[in-house]
Amino acid sequence: MNDSIPLSSARPRVGLFVTCLVDLFRPNVGFAAIKLLEDAGCDVHVPELQVCCGQPAYNSGDSKDARDLACRVIEAFEGFDYLVAPSGSCAGMIKEHYPLLFAASTPWRTRAQDVATRTHELLSFLTDVMHVERVDAQFAANTTYHDSCSGLREMGVRDQPRALLASVAGLSLTEMRDSDVCCGFGGTFCVKFPRISERMVAEKTRSIGDSGADVLLGGDMGCLLNVAGRLKRAESKVAVYHTAEVLAGMAQVPGIGDGEES
Amino acid sequence: MESQAHNFKQRADVALHDMELQKALGMLKGGLASKRSVAVAAMPEFDAVRDAGRDIKEHTLAHLDYYLEEFERNCVAAGGQVHWASSVEDAREIIVKLCADAAAKRVTKGKSMVGEEIGVNEALEAAGVDVLETDLGEYIIQLAGEPPSHIIAPAIHKTKEQVTELFYKHHAKHGKTDRVTEVGDIVNEAREVLREGFLSADVGITGANFLVAESGSSVIVTNEGNGDLTNTLPRVHIVTAGIEKVVPTFEDVSTILRLLGRSATGQEMSSYTTFSTGPRRADDLDGPHEFHVLLLDNGRSEMLGNEFHDMLRCIRCSACMNHCPVYGTVGGHAYGWVYPGPMGSVLTPVMLGIEKTNSLPNACTLNGRCQEVCPMQIPLPSMLRHLREREYTQRLTPAIARAGLAVWAFVAQRPKLYGLATRLAVKALSLLGGKKGRLRWLAFAGAWTDARDLPAPAGETFQQAYRKRMQAKSKGLGG
Repeated sequence: MNDSIPLSSARPRVGLFVTCLVDLFRPNVGFAAIKLLEDAGCDVHVPELQVCCGQPAYNSGDSKDARDLACRVIEAFEGFDYLVAPSGSCAGMIKEHYPLLFAASTPWRTRAQDVATRTHELLSFLTDVMHVERVDAQFAANTTYHDSCSGLREMGVRDQPRALLASVAGLSLTEMRDSDVCCGFGGTFCVKFPRISERMVAEKTRSIGDSGADVLLGGDMGCLLNVAGRLKRAESKVAVYHTAEVLAGMAQVPGIGDGEES
Repeated sequence: MESQAHNFKQRADVALHDMELQKALGMLKGGLASKRSVAVAAMPEFDAVRDAGRDIKEHTLAHLDYYLEEFERNCVAAGGQVHWASSVEDAREIIVKLCADAAAKRVTKGKSMVGEEIGVNEALEAAGVDVLETDLGEYIIQLAGEPPSHIIAPAIHKTKEQVTELFYKHHAKHGKTDRVTEVGDIVNEAREVLREGFLSADVGITGANFLVAESGSSVIVTNEGNGDLTNTLPRVHIVTAGIEKVVPTFEDVSTILRLLGRSATGQEMSSYTTFSTGPRRADDLDGPHEFHVLLLDNGRSEMLGNEFHDMLRCIRCSACMNHCPVYGTVGGHAYGWVYPGPMGSVLTPVMLGIEKTNSLPNACTLNGRCQEVCPMQIPLPSMLRHLREREYTQRLTPAIARAGLAVWAFVAQRPKLYGLATRLAVKALSLLGGKKGRLRWLAFAGAWTDARDLPAPAGETFQQAYRKRMQAKSKGLGG
């Protein structure tokens, strides 16, 4: 796919864009991402000075703050062969929207475009760029998969996670109804329109329940926190994991929203 | 029609608790959307036709003045008359005058969203003219005294039982005193009642799906045939159309028609596609004696070339709202004006001003499903973002949200400060979450915790844990 990008060495240098929600709520996803990338032959780095991708500002119409944050991210990541994020939403922001934040033919536009072309969502990066076809992991569960909107529609993530999951020993995947319909998170949407968001996430958890799966998987922490929060409020036994945790064989920890007691 | 768009949030809350509406929306879910996906899958060249359709519209918009004048020339040559209205006020005045000139007592109407935009019914009723909607859905909501909730299925929010009651209440004066409960009987009763109207109307008003520049024709697509009776039986036919409806040729119409039916209802073609060119000619057996086309601007020409330009390609198919999870949850009336769903959340603020409608562009998760299915490839999410930007720069964003955003942005741009703040927050939340690993309630986070738990963090941020791990590793190597 990105054969045109000249690599710095045989092992591509990957800057891991951790994302705020993984940093805050689910460090295990970050470590899982590192393991998957290293297993695929990447030289993984985690820039300490990385900041938020700026989506909350951008989607609230605050382009100035979004632009300032974009500059910080670009500075932190332009030295790498690739920027990889365990989130279709943050990766989509960088890949699709960063270039639009800067006026055409300005140096920042060029830099933004350069980082954008090197930016990937984690699982599609593994399959499409690193040509990973299978993982060495075990997870005995009947799972279902939620297609997060930005990953699906901005980054084209749909078949890649399913293909990798098919190689996990013991795992079966049952598709839920409307797996590609929004869960109602939508960043600030869920707090600006909590009642509508509640109805949407309730619809999503109903689809999950009807699928009969024991585990929900997905690729974006925003959606997963939303859906897990709703499942747990309803005392559902369905456990929620980021797909990367399962693929890396690191899903022995309690699921999202489940503590030691649950 | 007076806008209630500023009350979106309250109206949405009402909709969420309206059990009849929720029942109707439940039946809508999957209906039109799944029909579309079957129809699109059966047409391998759909994407190529989509590109062609977009190119036709873009070409036309780039030469809009030329094609509108060509349309006018050819319409007049065919014996029609063209009226230019820059605002809805102008449009109302023109329509009322045309009806007065025709000494009209009764007007029949085909369903027209531009008609709703203009407020044709209110204007004519105020002038003492009896107005009868002839599209079944539109007729139902006229009886109910409601605006449409969907641009092609105006009564989609009504259940069959509600229609039974409406007919029972309103049809006694037509000698229909029984409650009709079967769909076939409901349709037949409407047909019989409407027939009197068709035969007694002096003026018929329809919208237009297309205006054809090369011939001066207007085109409507319907499934009930009511449009044909509206534009052929009365002495005068008035077409109301936005200026963006013009396309150069019949060939162009046929290209876009292949997209329209499939995107709207999953039909290859609607049941009726009717071309009207001028009034009745000497050897015609039927048709109106006068043919008028009213071209409405109402803010459209200002959109040419600005960030909302692409919206002018819209062919009003409704695919965006049929696939919108927010529309599917609250229905069309919550949006408060003529156009609901994603296309409405763009058009309403653009036409009425963002200051009166600023909930609409925010009432979207930016999930992108609308853009994915739009036959004209209109980047609806980007436009909603443009509107949010407009709202933010005009300082219409609520003060509390602005303040929150400012504090967050200040911290987020300073990695060291951000690291400190997040470490503290994560520690605190993890303590609050305790062994259950989640919070049922959190101060100032009611919007989240009213409906769902907040999964608690693990006690350390990733950055913290990662740095520790790297230190341990390097010590291990050193020792």
